[in-house]
Amino acid sequence: MQVFTPSNVAFMMQGFLNTIIISAASIVLSIIFGTLLALAKSYCRGRWAWLKWLVTAYIELFRCTPNLLWILIFRFTVQGDNILVSILTFTVFTSAVMAEIVRGGLNALPKGQFEAAQSQGFGFVDTMRLVVLPQAFKMIVPALFSQCTTVIKDTSYLRGIDVHEFMRNSAVVMGQASTLAQILLLYGFVLLTYFVLNFAISLMVRAYQRKTAAA
Amino acid sequence: MELFDPGRWAQTLSNSDLLWQGFFFTIQVSLAGLLVSLVMGTLLGVFSTTRSRVLRAIARVYVEFFQNTPIVVQVFFVYTAGPMLLQAITGASHVVRIAPFVLVVICVGLYHGAYVAEVIRTGIEAIPRGQMEATQSQGFTRVQGYRYVILPQTFRIILPPLANQALNLVKNTSVLALIAGGDLMYQADIIVADSGYLQGYIVCCAMYFLICFPLAMLVTWLEKRSKAPRKAKATHAVPAATADGEV
Repeated sequence: MQVFTPSNVAFMMQGFLNTIIISAASIVLSIIFGTLLALAKSYCRGRWAWLKWLVTAYIELFRCTPNLLWILIFRFTVQGDNILVSILTFTVFTSAVMAEIVRGGLNALPKGQFEAAQSQGFGFVDTMRLVVLPQAFKMIVPALFSQCTTVIKDTSYLRGIDVHEFMRNSAVVMGQASTLAQILLLYGFVLLTYFVLNFAISLMVRAYQRKTAAA
Repeated sequence: MELFDPGRWAQTLSNSDLLWQGFFFTIQVSLAGLLVSLVMGTLLGVFSTTRSRVLRAIARVYVEFFQNTPIVVQVFFVYTAGPMLLQAITGASHVVRIAPFVLVVICVGLYHGAYVAEVIRTGIEAIPRGQMEATQSQGFTRVQGYRYVILPQTFRIILPPLANQALNLVKNTSVLALIAGGDLMYQADIIVADSGYLQGYIVCCAMYFLICFPLAMLVTWLEKRSKAPRKAKATHAVPAATADGEV
């Protein structure tokens, strides 16, 4: 087998590292940005009602169009480092999904929590920071983690614009493969690597769900 | 501003035939893929609720594999290795080409089939066995039990996530663009590469929105309906009782 040479494996692992960097950065950023969007959609009233509609439009736009389209649009319009632009792209549309997940948590909280905090003299920011958000996040942990899996899987769409992520680097190595056996082996390796990472995440979610169900 | 340049819009819209062609191709792929995913999903969802350990294991492995690996890799695997595998299996003298339509219908169908299977499983597990026994003790036939008691509850649970899967499926058909498949995304990319104008992507965006937004509204409506309190209603099989207990 000539394909699994040290330099080829190192090249693929470099891609894997980029996949992890892009996924991790965009997940963290989109949880932050998505939470702000969720708060705006849930609590903007009166003078700020326009902001609520703007956020709703944002969420629906990204929910109803494919990731690949936005990857191509950003490649076309934003100049800069490949990896950074990828992180920006994934943050922009993952935030829309995160916003809906966080909103699910906010809606599941009994209204009394909000009222109780206010009656204790908490302002809006403190109510959110100390009472509402910590409880909401506890409820949405499983959904957040399964979204992590989705983001990791979807970064392979970046292959379409030649970002040096895992799928693209592996595809370059595949260019050297000539026999069916080599191709099967390489794809087996790529699929297995993605599988191990994502399956580990889903096992963590299940362990968390068992723990919270038992408590 | 270039974004509002009438000349650029005119040139892009003069290519709108190609975009509409891609639009209808995407719809066809989506419908066929949805059919495959519903068949696979129902089959595997039922497998995972049977008493047979073998069938449950098959369903488990299938669902875990497809949910934890990217559809892009799956598609490229079939795209690259598929023709060679088919040649090896059939003993043909040339590699056996697979049409992009068939390839993506199968890939998208199998991938979303895994998600549909989980939805179906949850739907089946949510209705306690005792309900069917209860309907029979009330004189329903099995068919009537399913028709009036079991299935209405199952559909309430599974329809919102199923519609959501249909929405995700449409979006994932854009993977066709990566293998030069002639779908909406691919046509838009060609037009933009040709003209160098962003407008092609914007029209493409609007067309995807045209397919997906009604689906998103459907999801919202179904979710609202499944959360609404249940109302008893008279049916042909079981007329509502009158106040004095007469039927």
